[in-house]
Amino acid sequence: MWVYEKKLQYPVRVCKPDVQMAKYLLTQYGGPNGELAAALRYLNQRYTMPTGRAKGVLTDIGTEELAHLEIIATMVYKLISGVSAEEMRKAGLGDHYATFDGDLFPKDAAGVPFTAAYIAAVGDPVANLHENMAAEEKARATYENLIRLTDDPCLKDGLRFLREREVVHFQRFGETLMHVRDIFSEIAGENARVLVRVPMGPPH
Amino acid sequence: MRDMDAERLRLLHEIQEAEFTALELQLFLDTHPEHTGALHEFHQAAERLAHARRRYEERYGPLLSYGFSMSRHPWQWVDEPWPWEIEYPPRKDR
Repeated sequence: MWVYEKKLQYPVRVCKPDVQMAKYLLTQYGGPNGELAAALRYLNQRYTMPTGRAKGVLTDIGTEELAHLEIIATMVYKLISGVSAEEMRKAGLGDHYATFDGDLFPKDAAGVPFTAAYIAAVGDPVANLHENMAAEEKARATYENLIRLTDDPCLKDGLRFLREREVVHFQRFGETLMHVRDIFSEIAGENARVLVRVPMGPPH
Repeated sequence: MRDMDAERLRLLHEIQEAEFTALELQLFLDTHPEHTGALHEFHQAAERLAHARRRYEERYGPLLSYGFSMSRHPWQWVDEPWPWEIEYPPRKDR
């Protein structure tokens, strides 16, 4: 169950419309390291995590990523608001305008549509947590690229907030990984992972 | 884009601040469930948030859906602006 809260997690300010920047920002909406991929990846992985802590971390970070998806959408909305078709075309968003007009669509900066292939999951909690740590680092690097691509101090402020969140998430996933490793090592025998990962008991 | 009155923006800012503190502490507590200091700070942030939310909702309508917030008549949930339409004033520290 999710409950919508009628507010942004962080105030989104844009000093001036910038269609080119909106195009770049789309990568954090529907790109491979974007917020949609992150939210779905974590919320999809949480069901098979071996401990309450790991389930909690994936639930809470996955939920925060949905708030970040809303922040990116708001940035794009504000960056292209009131912009003409001609300006969209000049900034390389003519193809977007032709199909979607002013609507958002989950795709990356080059126009590649979002794909479920971005949602990595292998069932092994250690591998999944490593995947998530790498994903947070890639998202951090992407935000740094985006911060360098804009000279708008208002937009930079919001992007810095999102970048910092990736750093915190990386930290929490790292702690979760150590916790899960500790649990595995407490259980003797080669079947440790199997024992921890099958909450229903043996098949009958 | 819509301009909001200063008091509404101030309360909204207070809610964003308190909720962010609570969220950050929640993630920390997920991996440090025995940390008493963090739990104490979490409770403080949660109280600040509840207080600010009550004051905001009394004046400007519901923040949460599905029965977590009340509404006056007519149904205030549909009142604009929606979150992405709010024009925030420039940061004071910049």
